[in-house]
Amino acid sequence: MLRHSLLIRRRSALLGLAASWALGRSSLALAGTSDGDDDPRLVVVILRGALDGMAAVTPYGDPSLTTLRRDLLPPEPGRDGGLLDLGGFFGLHPSLSGMQRLYAAGQMLPFHAVAGHYRSRSHFEAQDYMESGADQRLSSGWLNRAVSALPKNRHGAEGAGLSLGLSVPLLLRGPTTVASYAPEGGRRPDADLYSQIAALNAKDPVTGPAFRNGLTALGFSAKVLAGDAPPPAPRGQKPGAFAILADAAGRMLADRRGPRVAALEMGGWDTHASQKGRLAGPLRQLDMGMDAIRLALGPAWDRTVVLVMTEFGRTVRMNGTGGTDHGTATAAFLLGGAVAGGRVAGTWPGLQATQLFEHRDLAPTTDLRAVASGVLRDHLRLGPSALTNVFPGPAVTPENGLVKV
Amino acid sequence: MEESSAITGFGWGRRGDEPLPDTPVTWLRAQTLAPDAAIFTGLGESADGLIALRTQRREKIRDNSLVKPVFQAEVVAQMEQLLISEQPFRERLAWFWFNHFTVSLRQGDTRAVIGAYMREAIRPNVTARFSDMTLAVMRHPAMLMYLDNTSSTGPSSPVGLKAHRGLNENLARECLELHTVSPQAGYTQTDVTAFAAVLTGWTVNMNAERPGFQFRANAHEPGEKTIMGQTFPEGEEGGVAALQFLATHPTTYRHLATKLVGHFVSDAPPPADVAHVAAALHDTQGDLGAAALALIELCRAPRRRSVGERTDKFRTPMDFAVAAMRALDRAGPRPSPDAPHSPAHTLAGALGALGQPLWTAPLPNGWSDRAADWSAPADMMARADWAYRISAGVHEGNPLDIAHATLGPALRPATIEAIRHAGSRQAGLTLLFSSPEFQRRQTC
Repeated sequence: MLRHSLLIRRRSALLGLAASWALGRSSLALAGTSDGDDDPRLVVVILRGALDGMAAVTPYGDPSLTTLRRDLLPPEPGRDGGLLDLGGFFGLHPSLSGMQRLYAAGQMLPFHAVAGHYRSRSHFEAQDYMESGADQRLSSGWLNRAVSALPKNRHGAEGAGLSLGLSVPLLLRGPTTVASYAPEGGRRPDADLYSQIAALNAKDPVTGPAFRNGLTALGFSAKVLAGDAPPPAPRGQKPGAFAILADAAGRMLADRRGPRVAALEMGGWDTHASQKGRLAGPLRQLDMGMDAIRLALGPAWDRTVVLVMTEFGRTVRMNGTGGTDHGTATAAFLLGGAVAGGRVAGTWPGLQATQLFEHRDLAPTTDLRAVASGVLRDHLRLGPSALTNVFPGPAVTPENGLVKV
Repeated sequence: MEESSAITGFGWGRRGDEPLPDTPVTWLRAQTLAPDAAIFTGLGESADGLIALRTQRREKIRDNSLVKPVFQAEVVAQMEQLLISEQPFRERLAWFWFNHFTVSLRQGDTRAVIGAYMREAIRPNVTARFSDMTLAVMRHPAMLMYLDNTSSTGPSSPVGLKAHRGLNENLARECLELHTVSPQAGYTQTDVTAFAAVLTGWTVNMNAERPGFQFRANAHEPGEKTIMGQTFPEGEEGGVAALQFLATHPTTYRHLATKLVGHFVSDAPPPADVAHVAAALHDTQGDLGAAALALIELCRAPRRRSVGERTDKFRTPMDFAVAAMRALDRAGPRPSPDAPHSPAHTLAGALGALGQPLWTAPLPNGWSDRAADWSAPADMMARADWAYRISAGVHEGNPLDIAHATLGPALRPATIEAIRHAGSRQAGLTLLFSSPEFQRRQTC
């Protein structure tokens, strides 16, 4: 019989729907162990649910824009609550003020009219393909294969990486071991019982490696995250789940023997209805998360690139319910001290009827893999054969000039 | 079929030391033929939840104080049902179909009706025709709210013309992709748009005395529409006919069979098994009871008996927590499910702690049931940590007896040895629930 020495103290926590899911829609995974302080750091953020790129980076200079989505648009730059100008044609969503400051400092590079090489309007297919980096769902993600190509960790420990959150995204799954870390939730077994559990599972092909890596991660994170310092609260706002994870990622990546590569996920982007109201919150969370990771990285921010990507964009026209439906091209972002930013990259396809993809979507002009492989080549220094392995599908030419040299 | 397959593969794990079925196949079959024995007392209908929601909105009540009790009562009652059910196969089918037709708290303000959705749209149809379940789901306020159909308006309808409103494709797209024919059917964007037009006007009337489904004719897109080459008339009947067409499409049967075999047999569904279940659906015009019997048949086949062909499924967090809680359940008086530390509350908390919070799937495709999605290091650590915490509250019973009762022949000598040497009841039970064999359902 269960008695009331059970851990859960509050009724709301017991119900498991709010408090116990403190991390909500966000989770984080890390991989790769650093050899020293000079190593480049890479963070990939997956926005699940399809971010409306035209709401995040609005082409207010395009004459067709107002006819297509008048009721979705914030005022033009300079007006109260208006867009944050990015050089006269594009404006950043008003919730992204931290990212605009990075842009002004030359540390943010928005890309427009980006899409994966697939043309699916299914979230599930598109996310699988985006994370696989291929025309089909593979059993490993492109970021895992990129980590495989990094110089081997000279400390030799298994489970060189760490992940935060309760699951590892496909993006970072694969042959290279990735451990994961979920924020602590109460009392735990002691070291002896943990080692018995690991021994009991040692020969199991699924649970054996999972427990081994979980324990490695526990030891690692206990050391790096010691002190339990609360994450920073930019602009006096309460940090959301995403900012908390971004802060943890930043602190671990900052450690000189910490991981090099991290993946974070964030949901809340599938804005089929009332988009104008619904999108501000997730964008603000994203903005605070970018602030948190920058602050947590400290000097390592200068050696960091953050890639923010989503599975596809949304219809250029507002739908019948104040939202947008599944589309094609969208925006992507590179952020970090290593980024050659301060401009909007990509080729704007235009919004006239003949310029739209299938008469409804922003037409793609940049392959997301070209952005990612430009970063992998120039920032992580992956060679041509490694890149072919990372993106095994149809050939893609990496984008030039994304990072500072 | 072995007992452990019937109990863990088709059910939710053995409850305490309840008697084992004499003939597993007969026991499972009886569950699909008998009516649902679950009794939910003190729960209202979806209309009652909607009234609570409506009152909150009208009176600007911001603390959710009217909807919250409705929701909590649903959670407790449905968790309790998982723990005590004597029809665990039927119970597993109900949760399988809920997940197939996922509604989640993450979108659409569904908290007031999500519990009622399970009881009203899913449970009564677990052994009915798939088209009956589909229609019940698509007319239920929870689904209409979750996938944004309540405001989808025909652009040429009176409301559309007057208020400049239009389509919302969400429900139509997910119904095609996830609920019925799947992308295998090769439908196009035009079909999605046409289906969305068919479903315009399918909404929730919040102002009725008993709020609920309403076909709002003046928001419905006029004219015939064509989906995948089939033409459907204007009006509510067009939607009913389109759903009937989609729910009975041969591609739908293959899609459902693949998911069922994936859930009840293996992460890699054997094509012959899929064909067997798809044929059962096809021959009965989508009878889900017949599909359930076909799944049982798969595990009767003699070829399954050979050791090399045994299959199992990795337990999802929900499978894991329910099985552990059932294993710890003992005959005798139990606390009221509403008590703060009742097993039902503990189970709901566990689902959150283990990464699968109740009715909170991230996206409309529901929760995965595949090993790769639940066996990351943090998943395993969360299971061990939760097992340790829950075991701290167990003050009677020998861990080894509990291990034998719950795992039967699947219990390995190494686990017996580890439990035997454990320093405490808490450690012994933690080892049991962290063992590799407890992470699996024996399928067939």
